[in-house]
Amino acid sequence: MTLLQTQNLSAFYGDFQALFGINVTVEQGETVAIIGANGAGKTTFLRAVAGALETAPDSVVFDGEAIGHRTAHEIVRLGIAMVPEGRRLFPSLSVEENLLLGTHSERAGPWNLKRVYELFPRLFELRRLPAPSLSGGQQQMAAVGRALMSNPRLLLCDELSLGLAPVVIRDIYECLGAITAEGTTVVLVEQDINRALDASARFYCFQEGRLALSAPTKNFDRAAITAAYFGM
Amino acid sequence: MAWLNVLIQGSLLGGFYALFAIGLSMSFGIMRLVNIAHGDLIVLAAYVALIVTDNTGLDPFLSLVIVLPAMFALGYALQRGLLNQTLSGGLLPPLLVTFGISIIIQNGLLQGFGAYDHRLHAGAIETASLHLPGGIDIGVFPLLVFAVAIFAIASLQLLFYNTRLGRAFRAVSDDADTAELMGIDNRKLYALALGIAMIFTAIAGVLFGIRTIFAPLAGPIRLILAFEAVIIGGLGSMWGTLIGGMVLGIAQSIGAALDPTWQILAGHIAFLVILIVRPSGLFPRTRD
Repeated sequence: MTLLQTQNLSAFYGDFQALFGINVTVEQGETVAIIGANGAGKTTFLRAVAGALETAPDSVVFDGEAIGHRTAHEIVRLGIAMVPEGRRLFPSLSVEENLLLGTHSERAGPWNLKRVYELFPRLFELRRLPAPSLSGGQQQMAAVGRALMSNPRLLLCDELSLGLAPVVIRDIYECLGAITAEGTTVVLVEQDINRALDASARFYCFQEGRLALSAPTKNFDRAAITAAYFGM
Repeated sequence: MAWLNVLIQGSLLGGFYALFAIGLSMSFGIMRLVNIAHGDLIVLAAYVALIVTDNTGLDPFLSLVIVLPAMFALGYALQRGLLNQTLSGGLLPPLLVTFGISIIIQNGLLQGFGAYDHRLHAGAIETASLHLPGGIDIGVFPLLVFAVAIFAIASLQLLFYNTRLGRAFRAVSDDADTAELMGIDNRKLYALALGIAMIFTAIAGVLFGIRTIFAPLAGPIRLILAFEAVIIGGLGSMWGTLIGGMVLGIAQSIGAALDPTWQILAGHIAFLVILIVRPSGLFPRTRD
C-alpha cells in the first residue's frame, strides 16, 4: 500500500525554486533513503512534505488524502513526524519536556515516555537536564524520541548523522531498527551515502532540485550513484 | 527611618509598575510582539470597569468578574483576527499595527467619554493604612496591589513551568517553526497568550483606575513605565519584571524625597543607567 506519494512536487523559497516536479512514492512499512549533495533539495523535500513550505494541494498525497495545502501542525496530527536537521531541541525545556512536546499532536499509538526511555536508556538518566547540556548524540536521540512521541506512521529523518562521531551514528541507526519494527515507515535524508543505503531498501538521488536516480539499494552500482550524485 | 520609608513606598509602587508590565512582558516573551497599544489597553480596561460599575452598581473589584473575561476575549480576537497576520513580516508590521490600535483606542475613548478625568471608587480601602513602629505608614491599597503583582507573577510561573500549555508557550518562544512541526498550532497559541496577557492587563487597569484618575490619553505614559520595568528586569523573565518595577518605583521615591519635581525623571534616569550598565537587563532569559 502506498503511504506517501508526491506528484510533480515543486517548492519555492520566495522567487527561488528549490524543487522541480519531484515524484516520490513510499510504501507502507518501508525505509527509503534520499541522498544528494548539499543544496540538492533533500531538506526542502522533507519540509514540503511536513507542511513547513507551501505546496499545491495535490502534490503531496498521504494515505490517499491530498495534504499539500495543509499546515505543519495539521500534518503532524495526520501522522507525519519530523526529526529536523540539526536536532532543533527547545533550549529552555528539559529533555523530558522536549519529549513531551511530541504529545501535542494527540495521536495514540505504541510510543510513550516509557517506551522512548527503553529505546534510549541514557535519556532517562538525563531527563531533568536542559536540552543544550546534552552531547550531540544524546540530543539526536532526544530529537528522534520527540518525533516518536507523536506516534507517526511516517517518520522523516533529516541528517541523523550530521556532526556526530561514527560510533554514535551506529548506535542511532541501530535504534532505527526498533522503530521500523513497530511498522513505522521511514524516509531518511542523508549526505552519508553508505549509511543511508545500508539502512534502506530503496533510494532516490536528488540533484539541484530534480530527481536524478531512483532504484532499489541492493547490489546497486556505486558508480551510477556517484554519477547521479555529482551530475557527471 | 525616613529613607526606610522611601524604600518601602518605592517598592510598593514598583509592584504597581510590575503589574502594568506583565502583559507586555508576556506578549514579547512568547511572540516577540512589541505591543505599542499596551498602555491604552490598560486604560481601556479601566473604562470597561467604569461602564460596568456605572451600570450595575458593582464594586470595582467585583467588576473584574465581567472585565476579565471581556478583556481576555478582546485579546484573543485581536491576536487571532489581526496581529497574527503581522508576525511573519519582521519587527515593523506589528509595531505599526499596534501603534494604530493605540490611536484608535485613544480616539474611541475621547469620542465616547470625552476628555474628562474619571475614577473608579472602591470606598474606604483607598485611604486605609497600617501604622508601623517608627512612624511608617503603609497604605492598604498599595500593599494589596503589591500582593496582587506577586500573586500574578507566581501564578504565571506556575502556568509556564507546570502545565502542558506553559510548556507549549516556552517551546514556541524558543523556536516557533519547530513547535509548529511538533503539532502546535502557533496561531491559536498566540491568541491564547494575548488573551491571558490581557487578563493581567485588565487587573492592572482596574487597580490603576482605583488608585488614580484616568483620561483617554493616559495610556502612553503607562506604556513607557511598563517598558522600563520589562527592560530593567530583562526580557522574558517574569520575576525580573517585578524587580524592574521595584527599581523604577524606588528610584522615583528617592527622586521625590530629594525634590518632588524629580520623581518621574529619577525613574527614567535609573532606567537609562541600567540600560548603559547592563543592556540586556538584570535577569535576561529570552533568546533571540
